[in-house]
Amino acid sequence: MRSKVMAATTTVLVLALAACGGGSGSSSEAIAAKGPIKIWLSNNPEEIAWGKAMVEEWNAANPDEKVTAQEIPAGTTSEEVIGAAITAGNAPCLVFNTAPAAVPQFEKQGGLVPLDSFEGAAEYVESRTGSAAEQYKSSDGQYYQIPWKSNPVMIFYNKDLMEKAGIDPENPPLATYDEFLETSRKVVASGAAKAAIWPAPTSEFFQSWFDFYPLFAAETGGTQMVEDEAATFDSDAGQQVADFWATMYSEGLAPTEAAPGDAFADGDSAMAVVGPWAVAVYGDAVNWGVAPVPTSTGTSPEEIYTFSDAKNVAVFSACESQGTAWELLKFATSEEQDGKLLEMTGQMPLRENLESTYPDYFKKNPDYQIFAQQASRTVEVPNVANSIAIWQAFRDAYSSAVIFGKTSTDEALSSAAEEATDLAGQS
Amino acid sequence: MTTSNTVEDSPPKARRPRLATLLGRQPLGIVFAAPYAVFLVAIFAYPLGLAVWISFHDYFFAAPGAQVDRPFVGFDNYISVLSDAAVRRSFVNVAKFLVINVPLTVVLSLVLATLLDNAVRARGFLRVSYYIPYVTSSVALVAVWLFLFGMAGLVNQLLGPLAPDPSWLVNGGLAMPVIALFVTWKQLGFSILLYLAALQNVPKELHEAASVDGASRFGSFMNVTVPGVRPATVLVVILATITGANLFTEPYLLTNGGGPDGASTSPVFVMYQKGIEQGTPDVAAAIGVILVIAVLIISFINKRLLESD
Repeated sequence: MRSKVMAATTTVLVLALAACGGGSGSSSEAIAAKGPIKIWLSNNPEEIAWGKAMVEEWNAANPDEKVTAQEIPAGTTSEEVIGAAITAGNAPCLVFNTAPAAVPQFEKQGGLVPLDSFEGAAEYVESRTGSAAEQYKSSDGQYYQIPWKSNPVMIFYNKDLMEKAGIDPENPPLATYDEFLETSRKVVASGAAKAAIWPAPTSEFFQSWFDFYPLFAAETGGTQMVEDEAATFDSDAGQQVADFWATMYSEGLAPTEAAPGDAFADGDSAMAVVGPWAVAVYGDAVNWGVAPVPTSTGTSPEEIYTFSDAKNVAVFSACESQGTAWELLKFATSEEQDGKLLEMTGQMPLRENLESTYPDYFKKNPDYQIFAQQASRTVEVPNVANSIAIWQAFRDAYSSAVIFGKTSTDEALSSAAEEATDLAGQS
Repeated sequence: MTTSNTVEDSPPKARRPRLATLLGRQPLGIVFAAPYAVFLVAIFAYPLGLAVWISFHDYFFAAPGAQVDRPFVGFDNYISVLSDAAVRRSFVNVAKFLVINVPLTVVLSLVLATLLDNAVRARGFLRVSYYIPYVTSSVALVAVWLFLFGMAGLVNQLLGPLAPDPSWLVNGGLAMPVIALFVTWKQLGFSILLYLAALQNVPKELHEAASVDGASRFGSFMNVTVPGVRPATVLVVILATITGANLFTEPYLLTNGGGPDGASTSPVFVMYQKGIEQGTPDVAAAIGVILVIAVLIISFINKRLLESD
């Protein structure tokens, strides 16, 4: 019996060890190779429509380098699906939905091709996106993603509910924290809505991108959460933002339980943290207005920064025809295709001088103009090692102190900053 | 000499017993058992062995062909796990869950199975009713429980001013008990089924003898039924412990990621965060190995306690 157990154990260990092999990375042959490729698009219907039209145009002009596009396979998050595909070796050539926060991890996995391997790539990225491109550079000084499009985060408000609460619906006072709190109190006290605003109070690592981070970016004039491998949020600005949200939760102006549906669309919340996608989503269903995120001093709107909520495109190392992938990437981010993306999705291409590049579009669609102006002042998630672990550590501390009031905000920021700095310093 | 010649001249006879020993008396049985044995090795033994290996290395998932260094790190991952307050808390949470879930499952399923075993009206309907939650997707059932236990849910509306504040799912003291209740309700049908099968093996004569001796119905239940279904109780306790230790869907969906403030995180949920989201499968594997060991110890103790008179 004992020998059978030993034999079984040995088999298991041998099999386990056999799985741990290594190999080689992306080759210069693959960089230059041309041929048919596969790409993944996000599962947003407008983006799929744009993607299919773009691919059709490409295929018509390049029959020898046929592109096949499909929606990103279903999963809890796109990042998990892409991470699994990298490990399995079946990632597509391009993913038009690569989250900047996941790029350091994909890079560590050996799943991405440095764009600098392609001739003139860095110049292309920088000429298209301008100085904002710097935020997307990895720690080794190379680009592993092309900044593609952003959804600058702003505050949507329901004019009808504001009016019901006795607040000027055309110009609700939302510029400073005090104004925002006072407006929120009026909304809830009047019974106009259950909540003044209803950001998801849940613990997913990315939720802080839609409550703390936009306000922190605004309060600091565009500082990232981690800079030079050190956390920046354990500061007066971070403290003010945390205290503002803590007041919103402790006074019941923002609920501590997740909304059962879309609280803004259902009229359960008078405000929402959104990007330009909201224009099409809420459209005529809600009588909405838009305002920049608040700051403690009521910073002038044209100086306010916010979180970009960008999605980028990366070339994956599993791609055999990387030369075609790079050419398609340039085609898909050309001025013409960016214009079509804007037209079809309302999302902002990460392109310098967006308003002056597409003046006709913004003339025809003034609702998007404020988002275009905001798009020039956005902050990205820091491109550092252990990015997601840092955001999770921050979210856990934030939930404890700000949402549930279990610890003090300064204690939470201090402990989260210490952990974030430690994680960012690890390779 | 003759004997010696016989042995030397007939080597097949010497080999046959060895082959027979290896293949057993019914070699065909190996063919029938092989598919499941292969399944067990491929789906359970190999991943478990790999998880143990990963937990002792600085490991991360990499693209095929990527040159990566995965050095042996000894117990570093285990030290990191055991010094992480969030991980320790998840184990405490799941212990709380098991303390509520396991006894509740055993008591409710045994009582309900005993009642269902007797001739009651609509027995078939009730059996199906108890079994439906077990075969229904957790995701669908969680949606129903959110409707019941949400802030503005049916339960709070019925309770009115007696509703807890903070509400059930965002209340640090109530979130895990609500999850334990949910899982008990969901898994009950399967445990009832096990007990119903076990009850068929309790001889009717024993109940009759107890009745003749003047035992009440409760006395007969405690002294005849409960000892009579002891093997099923061992099985139910061990299965409930294993199911409970693997808790994931409920903290993920019902309490929105182990909330409030980590009050309902489970070790498997933390494994998901560390291994899948944060790209540290080595740390996740260490949590998994500790969990397997803990479940084995608890199951062994339970078995010993329940099987002893």
